[in-house]
Amino acid sequence: MAAALTLNQSTIGKKAIMAVTGIVLYGFVIVHMIGNLKIFEGPEGFNAYSHFLRVVGEPALPAGTILWVIRIVLLLSVILHVTAAIQLTRIDNAGRPIAYKKVKRKQASFASLTLRWGGVTIFFFVIYHLLHFTVGTALPGFIEGDPYHNVITGFSSQVWAAPVYIVAVAALGTHLYHGVWSAMQTLGINTRRTEKLFRGIAVLSGVGLFAGFATVPIVVLLGILK
Amino acid sequence: MKITINVWRQKGAQASGRLVKYQVDHVSPDMSFLEMLDILNQQLISKNEEPVAFDHDCREGICGSCGVMINGLAHGGQLATTTCQLHMRSFKDGDEITVEPWRAKAFPVIKDLVVDRGAFDKIIQSGGYISAGTGSAPDANSTPIAKENADLSFDAAQCIGCGACVAACPNASAMLFTSAKIAHLGLLPQGQPERKSRVLNMVATMDAAGFGGCTNIGECSAACPKEIGLHFIGRLNRDLLSATIAGGSSVD
Repeated sequence: MAAALTLNQSTIGKKAIMAVTGIVLYGFVIVHMIGNLKIFEGPEGFNAYSHFLRVVGEPALPAGTILWVIRIVLLLSVILHVTAAIQLTRIDNAGRPIAYKKVKRKQASFASLTLRWGGVTIFFFVIYHLLHFTVGTALPGFIEGDPYHNVITGFSSQVWAAPVYIVAVAALGTHLYHGVWSAMQTLGINTRRTEKLFRGIAVLSGVGLFAGFATVPIVVLLGILK
Repeated sequence: MKITINVWRQKGAQASGRLVKYQVDHVSPDMSFLEMLDILNQQLISKNEEPVAFDHDCREGICGSCGVMINGLAHGGQLATTTCQLHMRSFKDGDEITVEPWRAKAFPVIKDLVVDRGAFDKIIQSGGYISAGTGSAPDANSTPIAKENADLSFDAAQCIGCGACVAACPNASAMLFTSAKIAHLGLLPQGQPERKSRVLNMVATMDAAGFGGCTNIGECSAACPKEIGLHFIGRLNRDLLSATIAGGSSVD
């Protein structure tokens, strides 16, 4: 198994690192989306879920253990995913130093051609999102421990916030539309027999997560949730 | 038919090149694309100009020499067609056609439309072989091979090494080519002894040659005149990752 540490030496190995860390982050966004939809349970339900995430594992484990383990795993995944992406992009760009004067694509999807830009968009959005709803520095009137209030204030008092979130989750959906299938292909899990299954899961993930994430800013903007 | 053609002209490997516009009259729709280039060259020769250099050999779609970018698509973009099998009937009278050489760091231009595809030979040399006892031929059917594997191996073996996959890939990746070579031998019992070292060596050679990585976009397979499937790349990934994680050696 120690040989797995040599994965970083080949382009395929770097991609495998991207695939595995991508799947970790994919799992996280699914749980995150389900959590977001708990806002429809009202202030008590939503805030109780948020509180649960901070104290889960207590008192069996010291305060914040599970929260921090998850945060560290996510942070490591992001670091590895982004590092491999930067290294691979440089290799890929170096592969064709002289561009074609005229170039067309036969079948490439928009999602596959814009994967990197989607990744960059998500990266910067996550920084903003953490300052907005976790740390609170980007949200005037932020109240620690009252996420229901923060979400409603965030989307109703800052008119540009909801469009920013919707664009960002559209980038996420597009990223996963190609990325989920691509990860299976890179890990060699995809075969001719599973092709349609994984393509289907990827499309469903992209569309489903976009819809799930975009729902909250939209309903707040429409004044359905107050 | 009258055709206007913009061809990449470059005197040598170190020279800088540019697109040059030529007019070709009297083009028959029954001509192949290469025959149209022959007419152009005849015109240039009679005017005492240097003819356009382009690679070609069999002109029947099986040697893999004749790949060029035609209007931004490898081999002109027709399904399962090499440049030599592309006919002028797929163009209209008065069309303007842009012809460029394959573009990749690993495929340097030698002259005009001719590129050096030697990097593919290096990949094959690093693992495209099997070890078999010499001497009298073994009895027929002494090594059973499942029909499905034989068919799949043959699908991969159809690769003619033309380089269209690299040319069409936005990353100039050689993954489809390498995957076809890996699968061609790896699907057969005779290819098993070197299976791990083959994939490790061929991928290392591929990476070192300066090809880009694969982002699973699929343009390679769509451009492939032999319709090599994207699933072979999945198989290559599977072989490479299992050989790496199992601690495979590059020497068997």
